[in-house]
Amino acid sequence: MTDGITPSQTVGPFFAYCLTPKDYDVREIFSPDVAGPGVQGARIRIEGRVFDGAGEGVGDAMLEIWQADAEGRYAHPADVGARGNAGFTGFGRAPTAPDGGFAFTTVKPGPVPGPGGTTQAPHVSLTVFSRGVLTHLRTRIYFDDEPANGGDPVLALVPEARRGTLVARSTAPGVYRFDVRLQGEGETVFFEA
Amino acid sequence: MGLIYPTGSAAAHPSNDSPGYKSTSLRHPKQPLVLLPHTLSEVTGPVYGHETVRPGDDDLTRQHAGEPLGERIIVRGRVLDEDGRPVPDTLVEIWQANAAGRYVHVKDQHPAPLDPNFTGAGRAVTDAEGRYAFTSIKPGAYPWRNHHNAWRPAHIHFSLFGPSFLSRLVTQMYFPGDPLFPFDPIFNAITDPRARERLISRFDMDTTQPEWALGYVFDIVLRGRDQTPTEEPHDD
Ligand SMILES: [Fe+2]
Repeated sequence: MTDGITPSQTVGPFFAYCLTPKDYDVREIFSPDVAGPGVQGARIRIEGRVFDGAGEGVGDAMLEIWQADAEGRYAHPADVGARGNAGFTGFGRAPTAPDGGFAFTTVKPGPVPGPGGTTQAPHVSLTVFSRGVLTHLRTRIYFDDEPANGGDPVLALVPEARRGTLVARSTAPGVYRFDVRLQGEGETVFFEA
Repeated sequence: MGLIYPTGSAAAHPSNDSPGYKSTSLRHPKQPLVLLPHTLSEVTGPVYGHETVRPGDDDLTRQHAGEPLGERIIVRGRVLDEDGRPVPDTLVEIWQANAAGRYVHVKDQHPAPLDPNFTGAGRAVTDAEGRYAFTSIKPGAYPWRNHHNAWRPAHIHFSLFGPSFLSRLVTQMYFPGDPLFPFDPIFNAITDPRARERLISRFDMDTTQPEWALGYVFDIVLRGRDQTPTEEPHDD
């Protein structure tokens, strides 16, 4: 037994040279480009901006995504059905630009099992780290061209008027727009888990 | 892989609505959080281990031609789950200011010198017993603009993955006896004093190496505990 978990603290404003060190003389181990050349599936780009409660872009945030592959398999031992997706890690990390902008390139995830024999619509798990955020925020990205959204057991838990904040909008073939609003008008739905 | 993640454990985390820390004011959600069931999407997560680090990534004093200025330290500890079992083969990323309290980040422009022999970024992977270790220099306290005469206590930033997307943790390690603790709104955003204590490393003479470096121990507990054993399901 332990006394309890180690609590979170903000990532602060100065993480880039370690966590997203593209502009520094430090080797980068994670990137916003999740799908390498050998990975099966439809290539997509998820782009957007992170906004604060005043509508200003948040230029010092870091986003991380976690997703299944195109066939709905997670690269993790807890996914007992997953086999043969070794080329796809499913994890990406992106800093925001000064205007709050970010982009990931990946493959469209497949549907994955949900609780009680249900099926979850294709989605990407998203976490937001930033100065001014003491405990990282957790949300999900769904896709507006997926009929399965209507039967998704997690979307069903979200008040209908706010569900749209979790749905990325197709803006061009293979391109989806997903903005994150930390506070205020159109505030993104965040989860506790 | 039968880990469960009791939601009550997460109560140790600071609330994002912490007015003493000014940057939270426009960055915390005001709508209620939605309780997310722990589906396969949550109980899986990125698995990064030994392939991500290279020899020397864990020694922040040897990344340049010369040695950095400052008090040389060894920071070691174990990464554990809530049951106290080791979390093996998991990536630990750290970053910190130099001995003068200055970060190499382009946005840190406060009047303290950069050290040409110190970047301040390190990586390590836990061994089979969940152990990690870094060699570095003790970071300095630094001023920030949260309020008049605001200074952060000396700290090292930590980032860890653990077994799933639910165990992901970004935090800060502090040093024992820092006089700035009572004045720091980031540290004190954690309301439970026992939880705050868990962010303070402990000076350790056994880790301290003669003629070389002071030793500090910082154990990290991530979310996750063993599934309570249940009876075999019956079909009837
Ligand atoms: Fe810091």
